[in-house]
Amino acid sequence: MQHDNLVEIEDVAFGYGARPVLKGINLTARRGQVIAIMGSSGCGKTTLLRLIGGQLKPGQGTVRVAGESLGDLDQAGLYRLRRKMGMLFQFGALFTDISVFDNVAFQLREHTDLPEDAIRDLVLMKLHAVGLRGAAHLMPAELSGGMARRVALARAIALDPMLVMYDEPFAGLDPISLGVTGNLIRRLTDTLGLTSLVVTHDVQESLKIVDYVYFVSEGVIVAEGTADEIRNSELPYVHQFVHGEADGPVPFHYPAPSYADDLRLRGKGA
Amino acid sequence: MLRQSIENLGNRTIQVVWRIGFATRFFLATLLHSGTAFRRFGLTIREMYFSGVLSLIIILVSGLFVGMVLALQGYETLQTYGSEEALGILVALSLVRELGPVVAALLFASRAGSAITAEIGLMKATEQLSAMEMMAVDPIARVVAPRFWAGVISMPLLAALFSAMGIFGGYLVGVQLIGVDEGAFWSQMQSAVDFEQDILNGVIKSVVFGVAITAIALFEGYDAPPTAEGVSGATTRTVVTSSLAVLALDFVLTAFMFRGIS
Repeated sequence: MQHDNLVEIEDVAFGYGARPVLKGINLTARRGQVIAIMGSSGCGKTTLLRLIGGQLKPGQGTVRVAGESLGDLDQAGLYRLRRKMGMLFQFGALFTDISVFDNVAFQLREHTDLPEDAIRDLVLMKLHAVGLRGAAHLMPAELSGGMARRVALARAIALDPMLVMYDEPFAGLDPISLGVTGNLIRRLTDTLGLTSLVVTHDVQESLKIVDYVYFVSEGVIVAEGTADEIRNSELPYVHQFVHGEADGPVPFHYPAPSYADDLRLRGKGA
Repeated sequence: MLRQSIENLGNRTIQVVWRIGFATRFFLATLLHSGTAFRRFGLTIREMYFSGVLSLIIILVSGLFVGMVLALQGYETLQTYGSEEALGILVALSLVRELGPVVAALLFASRAGSAITAEIGLMKATEQLSAMEMMAVDPIARVVAPRFWAGVISMPLLAALFSAMGIFGGYLVGVQLIGVDEGAFWSQMQSAVDFEQDILNGVIKSVVFGVAITAIALFEGYDAPPTAEGVSGATTRTVVTSSLAVLALDFVLTAFMFRGIS
């Protein structure tokens, strides 16, 4: 029987050294959905993706993907599971010494014994899906930021994974590339039957395409809901985030001593 | 104040010990995951091109000039004692025993070692290694091990070419320019150079240097902080550490190899 939830995170805590980043996260991702994980920079969103990918081990709690607890897997088991996952890194992370074609063919050549003819067809199909079949011969250095991310997306879906994770897919893109990337995520999720986990702080773009949103702040989930529920949320943090207000629960100023003390204004008049 | 100093000392010590431990584990993991480097030897050959073939120009030109200078300097000294014909022996032994492996290794450290560190460091900084891990491909097996074995195989070949080019340079200056007897130059060299004692020991040295330089270069790249400053610092450390390691290892190896030989 297929488990309805592809990703299940229970009470997960994680810290870098003595600095806690996540403090008891609970999150589930149902199959076939686009889930967004939002929060301000440095709140631990990317760390969460790395925990789901098994690149980091949680200090507490369990991370389950497709019913398998990542903590119980050895390296071979983890690699077996990762073949069913794709990850889109923030700036694509394409291999810069090989062409676009070879980047997309990388996993096929590493993990399958397919003949080169079949690999060629598969690679061109994946590149066609992201609109870059004509760029197959280019080197990564010749691509724009948006194109590089689309190639990375083609590479991430090369082995037809069941889960694709996107780390800030909208960062630094022009409005056209932004729309293209958003539509691609939705379309690929629906047509390939994937589950997508999108880590982002681009509220407007992601709310157009997601089924469910989790808000992370200071290491915990502070709000969750569908795109409409999030848009209409009255929670101060969510309201500040969605409407891009400069001050609110997330203060504009980094904690500092009193302004007057710092400028040595006190006692000047005496 | 005193407590702070003791804490700092403790912290530094822990960091150094941790780094040594990490380097050792990294080296062992590289050896353990070397299967791919030999099963898919094409990967190793590709890296041999980058670290070996692309180092050829600097190695060959340096070898030629070192041999030419050796002949000039050697001739000056030898003719004082009327034994200019021994010039071939002097050039050949200096090169195959010492200068070939050591100078080629120092050049290899600065040409190929620095390139390896910068490449691995940048691959890490641009998340290419993480991407590989997420694609269920072990970066140690796929990226590190082929580069390691490529360096280990390339180093003795480069040292041999350095020595050969040096001997040719010595011949050009000694025989063609200065006019040392050609027959004496080659025949004395042939009779004095022992295969096991001189050539083989030179090869062993260069293999050891190859292991040291490539392992240091790979580790520094893998351990580099993922920033521009981090990668540049790691590249510098590779050249400095591996050059010092080559000189120190050379002393130890020479002490063992040529003990008791007059």
